[in-house]
Amino acid sequence: MSSTAAPAIEVHEVSKRFHVFKERPSTIKQRLLTSRARAVDFWALRDIDLEIGEGTTFGLIGHNGSGKTTLLKCIAGILRPTSGTIRQRGRLAALLELGAGFHQELTGRENVYLNAAFLGLSRRQTEGVFDEIVAFAGLEDFIDNEVKFYSSGMLVRLGFAVAVHVDPDVLLIDEVLAVGDEAFQAKCLDRIRTFQHEGRTIVLVTHALDTVIDICDRAAMLHHGELHAIGMPDDVVREMRYVLLGVTDPNFVPEEGTREAEIAEVQIVPPDGSPQGRILRGDTFTIAVDVRQNEPVDDLDVDFAVLDGATNYPVLDARTSRAGLDLGRFDKKRVRFRIEGFPYDPGKYWVTVGLSSRETGHLYHVQTQRYLFEVTDAPRIQDRVDVSVGVEVDDL
Amino acid sequence: MAATTQTVERTSESPHLRVGERLRVLVAHREILANLVRKELKVKYVASVLGAVWSLLNPLVYLAVFTFVTRVLGNGLPDYPVYLLSGLLAWNLFNASTIGGSRSVIDNANLVKKVAFPREILPLAAIGVALVDYGLQLLVLLVFIVATVGLHVPDLVLLPLAFVALLVFTVALTLWVAAVNVRYRDVGHLLNIGMLVWFWVTPIVYASGLVQQHLGDRTILKVLYFCNPLTAVVEGMHRALYVVETPAGGTSATWVMPLGSLALILLAVLVASMIFLRFTWGSFFARSGDFAEEL
Repeated sequence: MSSTAAPAIEVHEVSKRFHVFKERPSTIKQRLLTSRARAVDFWALRDIDLEIGEGTTFGLIGHNGSGKTTLLKCIAGILRPTSGTIRQRGRLAALLELGAGFHQELTGRENVYLNAAFLGLSRRQTEGVFDEIVAFAGLEDFIDNEVKFYSSGMLVRLGFAVAVHVDPDVLLIDEVLAVGDEAFQAKCLDRIRTFQHEGRTIVLVTHALDTVIDICDRAAMLHHGELHAIGMPDDVVREMRYVLLGVTDPNFVPEEGTREAEIAEVQIVPPDGSPQGRILRGDTFTIAVDVRQNEPVDDLDVDFAVLDGATNYPVLDARTSRAGLDLGRFDKKRVRFRIEGFPYDPGKYWVTVGLSSRETGHLYHVQTQRYLFEVTDAPRIQDRVDVSVGVEVDDL
Repeated sequence: MAATTQTVERTSESPHLRVGERLRVLVAHREILANLVRKELKVKYVASVLGAVWSLLNPLVYLAVFTFVTRVLGNGLPDYPVYLLSGLLAWNLFNASTIGGSRSVIDNANLVKKVAFPREILPLAAIGVALVDYGLQLLVLLVFIVATVGLHVPDLVLLPLAFVALLVFTVALTLWVAAVNVRYRDVGHLLNIGMLVWFWVTPIVYASGLVQQHLGDRTILKVLYFCNPLTAVVEGMHRALYVVETPAGGTSATWVMPLGSLALILLAVLVASMIFLRFTWGSFFARSGDFAEEL
């Protein structure tokens, strides 16, 4: 894509050490009485090497505490690396927080100018996009009110609206854009796509692995401060999912079997049928397994298991033979397992799918914990609803 | 877009201050400074009906009270309100800047941890706020002086010189306390006590002429007295704004010395302050890379 251009960001053998004080001396008195020995070294980053090409979108993933944000802060110049160098070309804006510098006593308008200044917009530039910002936030009627009268949702919208109107060559985005409702997030992704079309370099730190696959050109995964994987988003995300499993078994094989019959596709279909739909606790949803027979198989048994993403403990399974189904010989078939009301806690769940022989148990094809779905809690009621209240008075 | 892209390199080296380069960076970020000062002023006065009038009221009340008190109690120093305020306003600028500046980085911890911008802007904003107050109050004082006794033109040249010397020294000290306070929080308390002592060491409320008389011909002590940069600045302000003919045989309110000598002393303070500023700025700049970690 940009093989001729110099990379927008070069990270060369960057390490970052934090002194973690058990009891941090924060006054002169304490400093005199405390030896430095109490500080424990913590390496948030170790020997990170990265190149991010100009105009590309780079996803940075990893579990909490893996060093993603630290790396982002080093690139932004907020933190200084303990060793190594970072070379960065072009104007940079870092969105680590929405509404940086917002002050309660100022009006929405004044806060826009203040926040925009921190994001590198000049007063004139801000004036140029001011109406756009206000319209984007949908706050035309309130922009001259002090923000202390805003709801938290309005504040987030305003901060977001300023953030997406920045004009840098390189944009660093931390989890911040993952706020707000779904419509808002869609708006945000739209905006990121616009940034991409404008040829800006984007570094995205996120927990939303599907977003990384959707919009990133390349991705890297950090694990305990080390660069664990780097490459195409698909591969890095898959690696991330394996690591999330806590796989320590060196013999772990995600995929095995002799492939007389093959798993062609697996879809986890939420109740509303759309691929982006949510699965709430108690929802009925479907796991659809498309099976192809490469050679005639008479005794095919299709099964799946759902495992708790945190504990790896199997919580649910089913197989066609147990349901009394004989699939027979076929070219291609779709088996739909309908889960009637998923009873478990919100969280992430893995799906293992297998094709085997009913008689011998021989494995034709197994994909172990290849698929992931997330169960969310039913949304809390935020709007006022009519609740009938009975009133009784008793004589005492 | 690509034509003028500059490359930034970040290393583990604590950065070395190059004044010209850093000044350009600060100028490029002046919008943040302007916005922060505007914000502070707004927040300071927003909930009050009179707004910035409070800032003007302060010297007016001083003038009224001391005019009244000196009329009733008879003569201490002639035109004492003018003497007091010409020094006190300068002191207030210095005091508000250093105290405000010492807290500036800590109070904006969230910004420092989440946004990359030249950290000098935070203490500079505290100074900016104090400067606006100073400007308004000086205006009140000047109007009062013109209305009552009149300005003394040749001596007035000391005003800009004293002001610039004060400003450079204030910036230098403020940068230093702001940086040190991030690491050791009791610097703030120490500063409060230090400022109290400093206030009385400086001839603001009392007549420097009396000090001169007391010290007699002990030159070393006199030199020592003027080693306090605030003494030189306040003397400059007195000389520029407070004009009273000393009665024959009486004690002068201000230090008796030729105008040129005082100008030279102020010039020396200015030069020394600039050297001090280079040092404290460098130290602030070197430390500022670790602010996000320390907070």
